[in-house]
Formats: sequence, C-alpha cells, structure tokens
Amino acid sequence: MTASAPAVEERRARPLRGILQRNGWTLGLLGFLVVLLVFTKVIQPSYGVSGIQGLAIAVLPLALAAAAQAVVVIAGGIDLSIGSMMALTSVIAAARMDDQSAEVGVTVVVLVVVIGLVLGAVNGALVVVTRVPDIVVTLAMSFVWAGAALLVLRTPGGGSVEWLRDLVLGPFGNEWIPRAAIVLAVVVAVIWIPLQRSRLGLSFYAIGSNQLAAFRSGVSVGWTKFLAYVVAGLFSALAGIMLLASTGIGTPVPGPYTLLSVAAVVLGGVSLFGGRATIVAPVMGAILLTALVNGLTRVGLSEFYQPLTVGVVVVLAAFLTRFNR
Amino acid sequence: MSTAPTAPVTAPAEPLLDATGVAKRYGAVVALRDASLSVRRGEIHALMGANGAGKSTFVKILTGAVRPDAGTITVAGLTRADHSPAQARRNGIVTVYQEPSLIPDLDVRANLRLTETPLEPFRAKLDELGLPRLDLGRSVRSIPLASLRIIDLARALAIEPDILLLDEMTAALPANLSERVLETIARARGGSRSVVFISHRMSEIRLVCDRATVLREGDTVGVVDVNEGSEERIVELMLGEIAKEASAVPERGATAARAAETPPRLSVRNLAAREVHDVSFDVRAGEVLGVVALEGQGQDQLFDILAGSERPDGGELRVDGKAVSFGHPADAIREGVVYVAADRAEALLMQRSVRENIALPFSSRIRRWGIINGSREGRAVGGAIERLQIDTRAQREVRRLSGGNQQKVTIARWVAGGVHMMLCFDPTRGIDIRTKNQIYHLLRDLADAGAGVLLYTSELNEIRLACDRAIVIFGGKVVAEIDAADADDTTLLRAAHNLGPRATAAILGDAPAGESALGEAAG
Repeated sequence: MTASAPAVEERRARPLRGILQRNGWTLGLLGFLVVLLVFTKVIQPSYGVSGIQGLAIAVLPLALAAAAQAVVVIAGGIDLSIGSMMALTSVIAAARMDDQSAEVGVTVVVLVVVIGLVLGAVNGALVVVTRVPDIVVTLAMSFVWAGAALLVLRTPGGGSVEWLRDLVLGPFGNEWIPRAAIVLAVVVAVIWIPLQRSRLGLSFYAIGSNQLAAFRSGVSVGWTKFLAYVVAGLFSALAGIMLLASTGIGTPVPGPYTLLSVAAVVLGGVSLFGGRATIVAPVMGAILLTALVNGLTRVGLSEFYQPLTVGVVVVLAAFLTRFNR
Repeated sequence: MSTAPTAPVTAPAEPLLDATGVAKRYGAVVALRDASLSVRRGEIHALMGANGAGKSTFVKILTGAVRPDAGTITVAGLTRADHSPAQARRNGIVTVYQEPSLIPDLDVRANLRLTETPLEPFRAKLDELGLPRLDLGRSVRSIPLASLRIIDLARALAIEPDILLLDEMTAALPANLSERVLETIARARGGSRSVVFISHRMSEIRLVCDRATVLREGDTVGVVDVNEGSEERIVELMLGEIAKEASAVPERGATAARAAETPPRLSVRNLAAREVHDVSFDVRAGEVLGVVALEGQGQDQLFDILAGSERPDGGELRVDGKAVSFGHPADAIREGVVYVAADRAEALLMQRSVRENIALPFSSRIRRWGIINGSREGRAVGGAIERLQIDTRAQREVRRLSGGNQQKVTIARWVAGGVHMMLCFDPTRGIDIRTKNQIYHLLRDLADAGAGVLLYTSELNEIRLACDRAIVIFGGKVVAEIDAADADDTTLLRAAHNLGPRATAAILGDAPAGESALGEAAG
C-alpha cells in the first residue's frame, strides 16, 4: 500500500512483445493446432486438401456457436440455449428455402437473422427482467426453442438454396484455403471488430468484470446484459444457417453445440466469471476441438474415446487458464 | 439546515446543491427521515454522521444509485431526479468512492473511454495528484489500490464536474497521496466547483472543509462552520440526546475486577495483515472485551483472522497460552474459538429446525462421524434452548424465527458445544431491545462461566451495557483502551475518530493522537 507513484511507471514500448504477451494463449492454441495437424498427417499421410476442407466445414457452425457463447460469457453470463437456437433457426431456414430460388434464399437468410436477434432478445429480456439466474432461464429456453424447432420440422428435412451451399463448400482460389474458413473470418470480423471498438463492447467487458464499478462508471447494466444475449442470438442464427449450408438439410434435434460452445470458450482461455479475453480465442478453441475429434477419428481411435479425450483437454485447459493472468 | 445552524450563515449565496426533506425507508427500517444538505458554489462541505446515521443512504441518493421516497434535490436551482450514476454524472455530480469504480479487466485507456473522459485533462490531473508517468495501456488489475484511488479521482476531476462527491476516498490512502488529494481539493475552494467531502478523519475535515452537515438517525441535525473547536460541536451533534442520557451501567458484579487476575483466554500479539497493523491485546477468562471502530478500520479482517477464515501475514495468536495457527474455521472451533456474525444467514441452516441448528457443531466434527448420540445431544440442546428463552412456537424452521431469536440460536449452538472464546461481530445488529438485553445477559453468563468474549459493536452504548473493557481500532491499529466504566459515548466517539483523550481514557498510541491522524492512519 505504501508503494505509490513509482509503481505505475510507464513500461518501455515494445509493440511486438506486447502483442505476443496479450495473445499468448491464442498463439499457444494455434501452435497446438499445428502440432495436431502435423501429427495427423504423419499418422495418415493421405491427409491433405480434402482433410482441411472437411475440418473447415465442420468447424464453421461450432466456431460461430463459440462466438455466441463468448459474448455472453464476457458480459458475465452464460447461454445454454445456443444449440437449440441453432436448431430452430436452421430448420426455419431449411423449411423456407427448400426448392426455392436464389432470391428467396436471400430473403430467408435475412429473416432468419432477424429471428435470431428476436430469440436472443427474449433470452436477454427474461434474464434481466425476472432476475432468475441466467443459467436457469437459458436452460429453460433451450427446451422452448428445441420444442419450437420440432414444430417447424418433425423430422430432418428441407433443404438449402444452391448459393448458400456454394458459399461454404469448396476452396477459395488456392485449393488449400477453404471457403468455410473465409466465411468464418469475415463473419466474426464484421460483427466483432466494430463491436469491440464501440462503447457497447467495452460495456460487455465492464459488466462482466465488475458490475458495481460498471454501474458507477455510468454503464446501464441491465441494458448491456440484454444486448449481449441479442448478439449471442445473432451469432446463433448465423451458426444455424451455416449448419444448414454445410449439411444441406435441416435437423430439428439440437446437436451438441451448447456444451461444446462452453468447452470452446474454456479452451479459449476465457474466464467463465466474465470480463476477460476476446472472441478470437474461443473461435480458436472451437477449431481446436473439431480438429482434435477429427484427428482422433483419422488416427483410428474408437469414437468411444472421443468425448473422454475432449473432456480431458478441456479440464486441462481450464486448469492452465489459472496461470494465464 | 432545517434545525439549529450553530453559526450565522456568512455569505448567503444561492446554493449549488440543495437537498431538502430527503427520506428513504427499507421495509420497516427508516434509513432517512428528513435529511438535507445545502452546498454553496466553491465550498468544500463535509457530510458527517455516526455509523447508522443514514449517511451512506444519503450518499447513494445524491449519486443516483438509490431513489428517495421523498424530498427534492436541486442543482444550480434546477430540480434533479437522477435515477442512475450515469444520469447524475450528466447532471454534473460525480462521485469518487472508497472502492475505485474502475473496471479491473480493462486497461486505463478503456476505462477512460467507458466514462467518456477526455485524455489530456486526465493527464494534467494525474500530474497534479502526483502520479505523472502512468502507462495508460496497463490493466487496472495490475495497479496498486492506492494508485487506483488517485486515478479514479483524476478521472472524476478531468470532466470538470460542478459537484464532486468524495465518499471516504482518503480512508485508505498513504499519507503522501492523501496530502496531495487534500491539496488538490483545497485548490478548488472558491472556484466554480463544490466538493462534498465524506470522511471519518476529523483532522482532514478541519484542514479542508468550510462547513459540515451532521446527520443523526436519518435527520440532518445541524450545520457547523468548521474552525477551531468545531470538532466538539460536531461530536455533540453526532451523539445528540444519547450524550445527555444518564449512562446506566448494568451489574457487572465483581467480574471486571476478577478478570484482571485471570489468565488470558485469547492473546493477540503484533498481528499484521492487509488492513490490520501490529494489533496486540488480551481477552481474559471471564471478561467481555468490546471492540469499537468506525466502519472499515480493519475490524472485519481482524475477526476473520481470529475466526480462522483468513491467515494473517504476521503476529502471534495464543489460546489459553498455547500458540495456535488457524488455517480454517474448523481449526479455530477445535480450539474452542467460535464466531458469531452479524448476519445470521451466514451461520444458520434456515430451513432446518432450531434443534438441528444447535446440534450442528456436535455432529459436524468428522472425528465423531457415525451415529449421533441422541440423548446426550438432546440434553445439551434442550438445556441451551431453555437458557436462551427461545420462542419455541416456530422451532421447526429457523427461517420463521425473528432476527433476534435467530441470533440467539447462533449463540446457543456454541454455548451447547462448549466454548472457550466467543467472537461476536455486531451480534445485535437490527435486533429489538428486549432480545438485545437477553443477548447481553447471555454473553455475561458465558463470561461468568469462564469463557472470554470479544464483542465488536457498532452501537456505542453496548460497551457500557455488555463489556468490561473496550479497545478502539482506527486505521487498523489499536489506538485506545477504555474501561467500560469510563466509556461514555463522547469518549468512545472521540477515540474512534482518533481524536485523543479527554480525562479518563488511556491512550496507547505513542504519537499525539488527533494531530497526526493524517499521517498515522496511512500505515
């Protein structure tokens, strides 16, 4: 306590080192991913362009789900309805797009994005207004959204317009660059970069970090929390659309995306207590999780071992985050 | 303003901030009845009141965090109804709190952006406050608390507010920074800005303030011009009627005298921690030792350490002469040191019966794992209930008991379990007077049975009613030791403000207290 002014001296500016320090965790994940891919390649020499393609397509929905979860977690909450929102939005899209023209497809995409915003708004409004813990509200809503999905499509069906499938399938110029990866980068960048630079993005971090201090700093806590769920709804709808684009069919039963999105966030080194990190690391976490499962399959490990391995990696990551302050 | 201004108002200018008739109640509890505050332009105005006078509620209303039930607040003649700190801020009222309101996970620059604070004025204010070379890219979490307080103040000053509210912000600042802050505030005097200064430190108020408004039990009871000797008047106003009330000391029997010869149950030597500095005292068998302190003087941490919830950085604890080190409350309980908190909810299983709650310490010891000895437990519990006169009509769920009866249950469980040393942290908070008396008797019975009792209380008269002796803590240090017989409210309150002795109080501090409060409390 007695140490005062000198303790806050300016550090010498070393931009590169600063970037390395701040993004150490993300870079670590990237390194791990490279190791994983090299390892897969060594075990299975035929792993190549098509493997990367398949990985990118499988990553896309989960990465967007992780982005959705990350926004809420940064704001100090959690959303357990992401998988159900994805199911609902993807079956709505599949039902409306089936055998339709490209123009109708565009309209449907816009409509589904709006629906995503509305779903997120309902979640957020319930959390803020009822003051019931977010984990309870979103768990309950996950059943509501999943139920609604079954009302839209009883069984897997529907279809996607051609341009949407072309958007994510196949390479982009160079055969090593999958279109799905470009789509992911563009979507995340277009939504997140302006958001992070806005006062709203700052407010997400503020309420996740210390609600009282945020309130006293003039942040409207309830409104900000509400908007975090709205953004999560937006990302979930995009994840749902991409799920349809990559599979070409609408499935009303939610996939494992909710819990995997939480796992990706943890793997991304984002504290579940809020306030930390960016959205890039969880997206990286989602890529890594998918690559891990992908690699295990290719290595020929029985799929019974996959959940176990994923679990161990996530616990390990959560443990390591404790040192990542 | 409404009652008894002690000095004639010298310059009758229109007030910049004027709050009148402010009232607020929380359920049945009246926090503010008729509070008022009138601050002139360019003035530095102290807001004072003892614990529980309604000061913190009043501050929350002024900052927009809480909505008043009644009353008007005008700023520069315009009526204001601020419903959030953000709104108050836009209306020119900016507050700096004891706990800095900076977001720990963001860097300083992002924090400035969050409050839309311009950068250059902020830099200039930092220079002025003695923190010139701050790296704005640093994460707030990594900056020491004292510096954060300065940054918070600089951020508030940078937007040039009409009214600056300083809520105990100097309370934990090192002396050098504290002086800088006071200088900077004093420079504003006579300008266009007004400062509302809330502090327990009388010396600071004398140094920088022009006038002081005193609250007592939810009312504004007076406005005093600050000058030589005004402290006496302020203390008087803070105490009010209580000061004149004949202090009826209840029977302490011979225990006080006897206690002096008995060996100490608990012996604390040179205890040190973040908020506790070099604290030493003894609690003897058969003695109830009171602890008096203004809010936030380190008493919370002291009790946490004694109860085993927190480890000290240094110092020695002895129970019955044996050196102990508690790593967990269970360690303390094993040595017979038990803790009774102000908040009953912390201690009780609200949905379970009185009987189960009292029996919990018996059955919760791992060593006695297995079948609970029903008859032995039954006897002990029955005895405790009888002794406590707990209303048995609502025994099936502790939740349904009144607050007072709940507190009796938390005490009873330890009585039934056998206790050498009981630590009570404001145990009678929010409890009716009759139950309070029963609790005093209970504590006295415990002491008579040979236990030691340490009683922190926010009500000064409890020192006379329940204690043999009292120690006073200020800025994490023991600054005075007062015999209960001499512990009239004036003496206690002066000691609690570290104002130095009057007649009977024995001061332990070696520095001339009162004059040096500024440098001393820094630690």
